[in-house]
Amino acid sequence: MTPAADADDALFEYLLRLGDNALILSHRLCEWCGNGPVLEEDLAISNVALDLLGQARYWLGQAGEVENKGRDADTLAFTRDGMDFRNALLVELPRGDFARTTARQFLFDHWHLLLLEALAGSSEPRVADGAVKAVKEVRYHVERSDEWMVLLGDGTGESRDRINSAVCEMWPYTGELFESDGVVRTLADKGVTTLHEKLRDPWRARVERVLKRATIEPPADSFMHGGGYHGVHTEHLGYLLAEMQFLQRAYPGAQW
Amino acid sequence: MVARAATAGRADVELIWRWLETVVDPEIPVVSVVDLGIVRDVRWHEPPSGPLLEVTVTPTYSGCPATEVITASIREALRHRGIESLRIVNRVAPPWTTDWISESGRRKLERYGIAPPRPLSPGATPPCPRCGAEDTECIARFGSTPCKALYRCRECLEPFDYFKCH
Ligand SMILES: [Zn+2]
Repeated sequence: MTPAADADDALFEYLLRLGDNALILSHRLCEWCGNGPVLEEDLAISNVALDLLGQARYWLGQAGEVENKGRDADTLAFTRDGMDFRNALLVELPRGDFARTTARQFLFDHWHLLLLEALAGSSEPRVADGAVKAVKEVRYHVERSDEWMVLLGDGTGESRDRINSAVCEMWPYTGELFESDGVVRTLADKGVTTLHEKLRDPWRARVERVLKRATIEPPADSFMHGGGYHGVHTEHLGYLLAEMQFLQRAYPGAQW
Repeated sequence: MVARAATAGRADVELIWRWLETVVDPEIPVVSVVDLGIVRDVRWHEPPSGPLLEVTVTPTYSGCPATEVITASIREALRHRGIESLRIVNRVAPPWTTDWISESGRRKLERYGIAPPRPLSPGATPPCPRCGAEDTECIARFGSTPCKALYRCRECLEPFDYFKCH
């Protein structure tokens, strides 16, 4: 394989990761639609989900163009099997209670913003254009997540207990976000992205600042789960895809 | 109709911009796609197959569900004016910003009861579009659509939407 083909393969993989993270998390958030704790929050969650869905559509659309095999964003979203999904495990975990949804979103949002800020300076226009657009949206996501973390952590005994254990549960799924495999390294060499380890310290600093305000002790780093970026998923992804892909699987090519 | 169609075959770009001012945003039907800064460019191309009008649009938010309706509305409005050969290009960069909303667009939003976007210092809130009072509070960062936040006026007690800076 030529170096150019290698680089294209890496870019395709990387665009899938960006797209799948946004798509799967969007789907998890959509599960709250009609179930939010209050109407305003129901709308807010749905709006964050919508932002992520739009971003997923952009990234997957770009992935399809780079791959150049005639697959568009919809084809990639609705006809790939679980092992072909390239999202981090963190985003596919069940939504749980509102504390778990909030803790996951908070940990993800801060990483997402740091990554997108780095990608905004990408040497690859497909990546830079999408990132510059998404950064503006994700800033609002971070603000909202921070507020909820403080509200729940510094709230009642019950809310504090729940958000505290939710952070502990989600924490071991954050390690994957800061790893650079061959795909990331190939692209980092070309200035398309940054090495993901570089995001870890700023992420920790930002996250810990908010956790402190929320009176929550940041968990210590210990064992970290991984594998999502290489198609090794938890059992939860299959159920999610069964619901998300049902229509296109049952009625291939259906449009309305 | 035939005569109009013939002239519209290569209508003046300025005129086309004015036609586009009649295409409204489906979610805020008092402002046009031109007021909102969604239409970025209008130009004629001359491929061998004959004149082709290219209209460049940009999405406000990545997930804005109105984007497809807007594209369809532009197509319909221009076809109604006799433009058959049309290409709508969706351009993401540079990203849309609320700075592109025109002065007249801002006035229309305010009259409609939506506080137009404005730079706010931290902790500051937009004034009430109904009574003009400064004493307002944020109820939800995300309102009925991603581009709006929900506020309440402490003077007239009415809730109102604020078009967020973006
Ligand atoms: Zn008022």
